[in-house]
Amino acid sequence: MKVLRLADPEKCVGCGLCMFACSRKNARDPRMGIGHAGIRAVSLSGFERGATVIFCHACAEPPCAQVCPTNALRPRKGGGVTYSEKDCLGCRTCVDACKIGAIFGRDDGKIAVCVHCGYCVDFCPHGVLEVVEA
Amino acid sequence: MRDRVLRINLTDYSYEVEERPELVEEWIGGVGIAVQLFRESMRDLKADPLSEENVIVFANGPFTLAYPYASKTVAMFKSPLTGELGESHAGGRTATALASAGYTAMVIEGRSDKPVYVVVDEDRVHFRDGRSLRGIRDSLILSRILAEIEGGKGERSIVRAGYGGEKLVRFACVTTETYRHFGRLGLGAVFGSKNLLAVVVRGKKTFRPRDPERYREVYREIYRLGVESDAMKKYHLLGTAENVLPLRELRALPVKNLTENYIECEDISGESLAEHSLGRRIACAHCPTACIHIAVLRQEYENERYFYKTLMISYDYELIYALGSMIGVTRRDDLLRLIHRVETYGLDAISTGVCLAWATEALERGVVSEKETIVRLSFGDADSYLKAIDYLVEQPNEFYEALARGVRFAAKKYGGEEFAIAVAGNEIPGYNTGYANYVGLLIGMRHSHLDNGGYSLDQKQPKLEAREAVDRLVKEEMWRQVLSSLVVCFFARGVFSPELVSRAFEPLGVEMGVDELNEAGRRIYLEKVRLKKEMGYVPSLSDLPERVFEVETPAGVLRRGYFEEALDYYMREYYSKV
Repeated sequence: MKVLRLADPEKCVGCGLCMFACSRKNARDPRMGIGHAGIRAVSLSGFERGATVIFCHACAEPPCAQVCPTNALRPRKGGGVTYSEKDCLGCRTCVDACKIGAIFGRDDGKIAVCVHCGYCVDFCPHGVLEVVEA
Repeated sequence: MRDRVLRINLTDYSYEVEERPELVEEWIGGVGIAVQLFRESMRDLKADPLSEENVIVFANGPFTLAYPYASKTVAMFKSPLTGELGESHAGGRTATALASAGYTAMVIEGRSDKPVYVVVDEDRVHFRDGRSLRGIRDSLILSRILAEIEGGKGERSIVRAGYGGEKLVRFACVTTETYRHFGRLGLGAVFGSKNLLAVVVRGKKTFRPRDPERYREVYREIYRLGVESDAMKKYHLLGTAENVLPLRELRALPVKNLTENYIECEDISGESLAEHSLGRRIACAHCPTACIHIAVLRQEYENERYFYKTLMISYDYELIYALGSMIGVTRRDDLLRLIHRVETYGLDAISTGVCLAWATEALERGVVSEKETIVRLSFGDADSYLKAIDYLVEQPNEFYEALARGVRFAAKKYGGEEFAIAVAGNEIPGYNTGYANYVGLLIGMRHSHLDNGGYSLDQKQPKLEAREAVDRLVKEEMWRQVLSSLVVCFFARGVFSPELVSRAFEPLGVEMGVDELNEAGRRIYLEKVRLKKEMGYVPSLSDLPERVFEVETPAGVLRRGYFEEALDYYMREYYSKV
């Protein structure tokens, strides 16, 4: 099973192209914006301290899946979760359960979480992200 | 296309949202719609720029959120520096945040009685008490406090004036995401006059393209073009600072208030800064290039051994010219200290440097005395300039009050107009390249080097006839109206050819051929000329200081006759036809 990893967070310039890629990844319904992204490019309390990306780091025993009342989030082989959008109530219990803050509210009330598809890697211009075998 | 306009009134703390499909259909976005919104919102075009009648328009465009390099926001207002149309562009995250909040433009009107800041969310606007945030001298601290209070990490933009704006310095800027600026023409003072400390914008709305498959293809194409292009690589590697030595070799780098055209400045070159000081690079939202170069300055405290402060300071060509060669400062650490001071206060670096350069020459020539300048200014002396920058902001006497209104105003009051290096009241950028640069500044809508790239034309085709130069400059400026209506960064102008722009529009559901695009650029340009005309501006040779005709350029000493011909032709062919 493949997972998305930080190859080198120090290289992150905060451009956020990964967020735009993630929102665009659904070939039938790509979105323009960051609101469907399961990844965030953030500054480290101001850009003078640099930037980094936050996304699911593929926990072996994901608490978000454990607290999901509808099984919209299920543990994924190799770590992390799978996400079934149609089952999601938008209760956001998972958002609180994730201690690294890697589950994001979407503009339509549902959630966005990285499922390690690797689409963003192609659009990271500075080699911050990579996909590796778990 | 997104067509929602948010109108905020600071006088009665109200807001409304307008849907304006006709506006974006006719004028695209960005600069195109900002001109229209400014005109319709400004009840009296002759109003004092620091009165409550001035309005501020921010606009993004149809490519914002859709494509990489669409990272800029356009601001339009009446400039308190020149008294003319003010237009300034900034990167950072403002464009994407405003679009993600659901708006293509935001108009700020009126004036608050008390200091406030405004938070723009997806569904409402909050007016927040800013009284306890007044008087913070370091604009970095203000933005950290706002980031802490307001949240929205990764989804927000903090657009704020600094202490310079609060003190109404007429070339105070507005800063976003620590290092990006609505730099020129004094938007910070307009914020200050409205008692507006900052605007925080946040949101995560998304939009659907008309043709999903095509959209993803065109996106990938633009991305590839950008990351593989040499033009973008240049901005990533040394950044615009790579121009310092080549321009110096050409004898086009302004030195010591344009009295000289050569200076030993290896230490402040792009190469030297990159090798010895570059700490990191960062990017605007949705831009893979990361052209923002940030230097590290480590300073030991004077009386405390092994106690250091480490500052992160963003630099580029214009700052090296204005706070370096123009005032004779050639040591890297001195330059960085000056840039940091200007950044702290939120001042326009170009205007600040040119004002200091004029004051130094005025002092040398006895036009003013130390009674006025308080500190003994001399070219190359960074410590005296650091103090003078404090005085520019605090304005402890009449002289600094005048200088805080720009070099044109100060020179009119004290004398020395012939060496006050501004064009139409805007302190010049650092390109003493020849005729096209100055003609470009003279006829450009912002009197800025980015209007039409005259400095570049000088280097590519130094021997153009006056009329041809004017035609070429206007043509370039017309096309740039399209780029700044989309709104894409001018650094990516090599990527966004008319043909590509037209193709990129298609999956968004907009049909716009190459001819139509060029026509839109022409119309927007002429709208701006008309607006400037209504605001009372008439281009004139007297907008150029004498010094321009004295100093040697790569094209020799510039002849007045060339400018007469150029201006004559411009007035006849363009200005008078509007």
